[in-house]
Amino acid sequence: MHISFLDPYQPRPSLIHHLDARVKLVLALAFILATALAPPGAWPVYVLLFALVFAVEILSELGVSHVLRRALIALPFALAALPVLFTVPGPALLTVPIGPWELTITGPGLERFISILLKSWISVQMAIVLAASTAFPDLLMAMRAIRVPRLLVAIFGLMWRYLFVLADEALRLLRARSARSGLIYRPAAEDPDRSAGKVGGTVAWRARVTGGMAGSLFLRSFERSDRIYAAMAARGYDGEVRAFPLPPISPVAWGVLVGGVSLLGMLTLFGYVFWG
Amino acid sequence: MLYAPKPMHIPDGFLSVPVAVVMWLIAIVVIALALKRVSRDLDERQVPLMGVLAACIFAGQMLNFTVAGGTSGHLLGAALAAILLGPWAAVLVLTTVVGVQALIFQDGGLLALGANIFNMAIVGVFVASFAYRTVQRLVGKARWGVPVSGFIAGWLSVFIASLAAALELAFSGTSPANIAIPAMGGIHALIGIGEGLITAGALAVITAARPDLLRQGQMQAAVGGRVVWVGGLIIALGLAVVSPLASGHPDGLEWVAGQNGFLDAAQGPIFKVIPNYILPGVSNQALATILAGVLGALIVAGVALAVAYTRRSRRPETS
Repeated sequence: MHISFLDPYQPRPSLIHHLDARVKLVLALAFILATALAPPGAWPVYVLLFALVFAVEILSELGVSHVLRRALIALPFALAALPVLFTVPGPALLTVPIGPWELTITGPGLERFISILLKSWISVQMAIVLAASTAFPDLLMAMRAIRVPRLLVAIFGLMWRYLFVLADEALRLLRARSARSGLIYRPAAEDPDRSAGKVGGTVAWRARVTGGMAGSLFLRSFERSDRIYAAMAARGYDGEVRAFPLPPISPVAWGVLVGGVSLLGMLTLFGYVFWG
Repeated sequence: MLYAPKPMHIPDGFLSVPVAVVMWLIAIVVIALALKRVSRDLDERQVPLMGVLAACIFAGQMLNFTVAGGTSGHLLGAALAAILLGPWAAVLVLTTVVGVQALIFQDGGLLALGANIFNMAIVGVFVASFAYRTVQRLVGKARWGVPVSGFIAGWLSVFIASLAAALELAFSGTSPANIAIPAMGGIHALIGIGEGLITAGALAVITAARPDLLRQGQMQAAVGGRVVWVGGLIIALGLAVVSPLASGHPDGLEWVAGQNGFLDAAQGPIFKVIPNYILPGVSNQALATILAGVLGALIVAGVALAVAYTRRSRRPETS
């Protein structure tokens, strides 16, 4: 079993995939910034932002349901925003009795809560489309174009190259542990009513085993990096990170960039003028 | 699912823009410092070493152990990286890990990335470095010293980083400080135990197999270590003191802002050009929302039609 399924990039012959990665990265960041800037309760702005990201999803041919399903990833974090329902002062909407307490949901509280959820949901969709429609080497190029230091980009690149190798290594470690009964219970097939009780020792023991695995993963990575360095040195690496010059951005891509950024700017201004 | 999102990664939408921007600025300054130090102190092996170790930390986060009731402990890795690589290289390694998590796996937002880098790659690493060195010095050369200081460094790094995350949420007005701080702190005080135990176990294995690596890490930590030690001390103390203070004031941001007179400045009248006025010619917010919905639906329908059309015209070529 290999972990290459981890890579979210999905090649498609779509307009979004063909767009210059630099333009895509900047537009995605601008979109997320515009979403964050939308004032709470400015529902028309949220509707338009959602329409934009939805249109991009259709254009990208990734499958709208796929993107929407993945977009649920940030949902558990909504728990962190739940208290604003009750703590933002304002006219009471609804009082929920929970045991001895009564919690009052206020109008502005509900507005802020829903705004936070919508912002998070809309932003994560754009981030998903960016990752699924842009191959990692193109993203690295885009990072160089927005002036991320070269050394950092080189570390990103090497990390990506060995990520799957080391994730496979981690999978092998996990498999070896399961084979040696590090599980908390025996598999259900062998022991349906769990009568045999726990196997694999106490929590502290399991933690120590996992620590051992992390330690050996580190040692293997360290030794691998030595070999990689030797291989790079043998091919003329001298510590200098070199890269091809960036190709020019086509006029069409420039147009998309300027158009997109000004559209988002207008949308933000619109939100502030009427709801700010 | 092998790759599960971690509770410390703040998604987009949960931080206000000023908080996110300030966090980005701090993160950029510290990363620039770290880049400078690392290119001065480490030799040309740095790039492959840090790249592979970033991948290692990322993969290491898949290692978990069951605790009880379906929950599991897993590694975040800031402490392990800080102990083995020295703080500055660890900042870069963790920045790369958090960056890839946000950029590729949507684990943590892109606008919130500055804050996530700050919490995990800066606070986590500095606090772990500080705790590890301090405890090491206290216990001296005892054999159990390395795992014990590893445990404390791991626990403290996760706990203090979660306080930083909670404060950011409180300052953003996303979560009131008197709830966010105890909740985040409480959860991560438990998660930190798992982190501490794994870090200690990993250090025990590495001490047994390659003691030279640990000594190397300590040498790296000693280079410019005082800055990091003081930085870690200040961050740990600052967050540990500010958090209870802030949670005493339910609306932490409003309190701080009110104290300093930020509130009036923040609500400046720049955009209040058109008061009590929703859309030109439309006096009703519901109507404005419906109009926006119709416009949005038109955009989406137009794009869908265009895509369907191009697909149909593409098919004869490919078949």
